Amino acid sequence: MKVEPTPSQTVGPYFALMLRDELLTMGPPGLPGALLLAGTVLDGAARPVTDAMLELWQADAAGRYVVDDPAAATPPGFTGFARVPTDTWGRYRVEIVKPGRVGAAAPHIAVSVFARGLLQRLVTRVYFPDEQAANAADPVLAGVDPARRGTLVASAQEGGALHYDVRLQGPGETAFFGVAR
Amino acid sequence: MTTAGIDPPLDMPVDPPLDAPSYASTRLRHPTQPLLILPQTETELTAPAYGHAPVGELDHDLTRQHIGEPLGERITVSGRVLDGDGRPLRNTLVEIWQANAAGRYAHVDDRHDAPLDPAFGGAGRCLTDDEGRYRFVTIKPGAYPWGNHRNAWRPAHIHFSLFGTAFDLRLVTQMYFPGDPLLAYDPVLNAIPDERARERLVSRLDPQRTQPDWALGYAFDVVLRGPAATPLEER
Repeated sequence: MKVEPTPSQTVGPYFALMLRDELLTMGPPGLPGALLLAGTVLDGAARPVTDAMLELWQADAAGRYVVDDPAAATPPGFTGFARVPTDTWGRYRVEIVKPGRVGAAAPHIAVSVFARGLLQRLVTRVYFPDEQAANAADPVLAGVDPARRGTLVASAQEGGALHYDVRLQGPGETAFFGVAR
Repeated sequence: MTTAGIDPPLDMPVDPPLDAPSYASTRLRHPTQPLLILPQTETELTAPAYGHAPVGELDHDLTRQHIGEPLGERITVSGRVLDGDGRPLRNTLVEIWQANAAGRYAHVDDRHDAPLDPAFGGAGRCLTDDEGRYRFVTIKPGAYPWGNHRNAWRPAHIHFSLFGTAFDLRLVTQMYFPGDPLLAYDPVLNAIPDERARERLVSRLDPQRTQPDWALGYAFDVVLRGPAATPLEER
């Protein structure tokens, strides 16, 4: 029997009440190969969005999604999921492990953006700057206007860290994807 | 109420638009470029395990998480989490958060001139059982003013966060209470274009779930999109 879906509503400004520590990271501290991914969420006036929440979902270093047992992941304990709020400067930071390839897809992280003023979550992806050949062959990136593809690729920082900003609106607006409902 | 025999257009969206002028905070936060089509790949059809997110014994009971009982009208909120074919979603994480009975959140940014309640933190979570059921014990939240427009008040509501079995199914929404006169004035709820979809966010007072001499029972089922589609073939 078909049943009608429940509509989305904004996460509002007070979601921090329900955040729990263990979902703030992709696993225990000190995961081998961990990289820092950080950036800022900006609105249409290029002002920081200080009350956003980002959720990240990615394959493990072996290219597998950890849907049941993090102990069997690569590296062990890695969950592939994290949920992080932005701070008073609109910044977020999260430690990731570079995901392995899954089929034809270049390594990537799926990102959901939630905030006051977003009546639905926004969905985007983060790709890696050191994967130019894989990115060029990625079927999802191939569907993005070449002028906007750069909004989906993180930039490399010193020490192997990655920088990725989310621009909700305006010049350099991040490419967002619709999720069918 | 819907009018019998008149169906809304088939393309009436379930979700509110990102650009909803009556909800002022959407103005600088909605993308202006059209959303791109995302093929369903393994990324979209999987979701994390929550075994690493242990749910505590009192996490579902917001009236017993602090010293003493919170002030307000004790209620239960319970229901099922289903996919689009009406099948239960088992062992999925359900999280809620809400204002206290006076309409104030236990959050540093909430400056509403109403009392905090030291016995109420306002957040809970649980996992659904084998029939997709969840249940919370809490107090009925109060309405509160907000800055959207002059004399704007949010109807009483409880925020819900649900994961489901796929990234695509992730849902954050709000549950409202039946008969609340503020529902008609709320730009957040009324951004949903389809009246029938709006009604699905209003819980139902259920005499069967109401426990004598203890708590009124509200029923609220959540349907995540589905059923799961076949993954895009990986080459």
